Amino acid sequence: MVKRVIMREATVAENTAKDPKSTSKQNLEVDQAQTTVGNCFCDNPKMSMRNVNVYYGDKQAIQDVSVDVAKNEVIAMIGPSGCGKSTFLRSLNRMNDTVDGCRVEGEVLLDGDNIYKQNLDVVELRARVGMVFQKPNPFPKSIFENIAYGPKIHGLADSRVDLDEIVENSLKKAGLWEEVKERLHQPGTGLSGGQQQRLCIARAIAVSPEVILMDEPCSALDPIATARIEELIEELSQNFTIAIVTHSMQQAARVSSRTAYFHLGKLIEVNPTEQVFTMPEHQLTEAYITGRFG
Amino acid sequence: MPKMSFENHIMTQFDEELEEIRTQLMEMGGKVEQQLKNSIQAVIKANSKLAEEVIKEERLVDEMEVDIDEACILIIARRQPAASDLRFVMMVTKAINDLERIGDEARKIANHAVILSEQDGTSQGYKEVRHLGDSVCGMLADALDAFARFDVDAAMKTLEEDAQVDLDYKSALRELVTYMMEDPRSIGRAINVLWVVRSLERIGDHAKNLCEQIVYVVKGKDIRHQ
Repeated sequence: MVKRVIMREATVAENTAKDPKSTSKQNLEVDQAQTTVGNCFCDNPKMSMRNVNVYYGDKQAIQDVSVDVAKNEVIAMIGPSGCGKSTFLRSLNRMNDTVDGCRVEGEVLLDGDNIYKQNLDVVELRARVGMVFQKPNPFPKSIFENIAYGPKIHGLADSRVDLDEIVENSLKKAGLWEEVKERLHQPGTGLSGGQQQRLCIARAIAVSPEVILMDEPCSALDPIATARIEELIEELSQNFTIAIVTHSMQQAARVSSRTAYFHLGKLIEVNPTEQVFTMPEHQLTEAYITGRFG
Repeated sequence: MPKMSFENHIMTQFDEELEEIRTQLMEMGGKVEQQLKNSIQAVIKANSKLAEEVIKEERLVDEMEVDIDEACILIIARRQPAASDLRFVMMVTKAINDLERIGDEARKIANHAVILSEQDGTSQGYKEVRHLGDSVCGMLADALDAFARFDVDAAMKTLEEDAQVDLDYKSALRELVTYMMEDPRSIGRAINVLWVVRSLERIGDHAKNLCEQIVYVVKGKDIRHQ
């Protein structure tokens, strides 16, 4: 049964790639057959996505995704490569604006306000919804400057003392302070991979965001650095709302309270993490997390 | 609900490992079933040779438990099973525990069979042993069949039979007490039969546990203590 569904989906995907128009009817049938199962919505949403569609030119990467992210929750997004989870994550702080030919339809609400409304200040949005990427990408500046840059341009620090305090607090929250306090003015690029990633997290939290988006933040790190970041995610969830895309299902199981499973651009299932990993509701989720395709 | 199957993992080796522990569990189940039947026969037929055999072979059941347990731990460590695979592996670790306990009870029955065969006396209480023995052998066989087919309906049906086994156990106890009151000389012998009956009742409980685990592995629903 599982195999048959996957094959049917795969055929649709192949057809879509060849000629998107000719199979639109078929796509619609698949759409109707597969609405998201589980608990997509919650009482206290920090972000609410409604009927989100993302296109790269003619190709539709995300199909009609509706889901809430609750305040101070960690939601993990998993799914096979190319399923659209990273595209979806990037649409949550308009990172896709920078991609040529990318078009987003539907509503993405942050505290009830649509982030795609006209005249919205994208820079301010990205200060509220920060992002940490797969590869640590510190600026080629000192550790101090890496953290201080954001607060400076957003006018969050009035004086040097304020700035020092923000840098110290951010590094402490990111669990990096003790390791770098003696060498704040050395280049950020001189740190190890795990330290660089924590520096990037410190940089993200320095501008006091409300939501942190993480796109496979540990995939370039060793298990110990990964464990540190995961520990950090747990701590950060006290103050921030976190959405994390990960290829590691074990990581999703460890850090998140809810897990969303994407498949071929569609959101298949959202459920509490403990349920997804013991008794998933949808057979595609089951097939993916048991390693039957990917 | 996805159908239980071990096929189609990207790592075909994982399919094989799961199939292997399933096969091993079925083998262990078959061995335990045989041990139970032999132990009951040993009591009823006063066959001490058969009883000795059961006692000797209990070691094999223990070894099977250890082997399967090790295979499950290896799967957890190497494959990090999730969802139905995880439920299956966890179920197997519990099921082998129940099967091993059934093996223990069969050995205890065999021990009493040896003692009973050395004593002179009537076959008072053997009717109860035979009746209860047939019931729990049936339960165990049905539970193992249900496991082989991952058949929840059959498991639920078998599970309900335990209530009748408990009732039969109580009435067997009353019978044995009556024999003891009628003829105090029979007390020693009756107590041995009583232990046999007690073991059979426990085996019914273990077979019930097996059925509950089948429901868990297929449906993901924990129906224990309900």
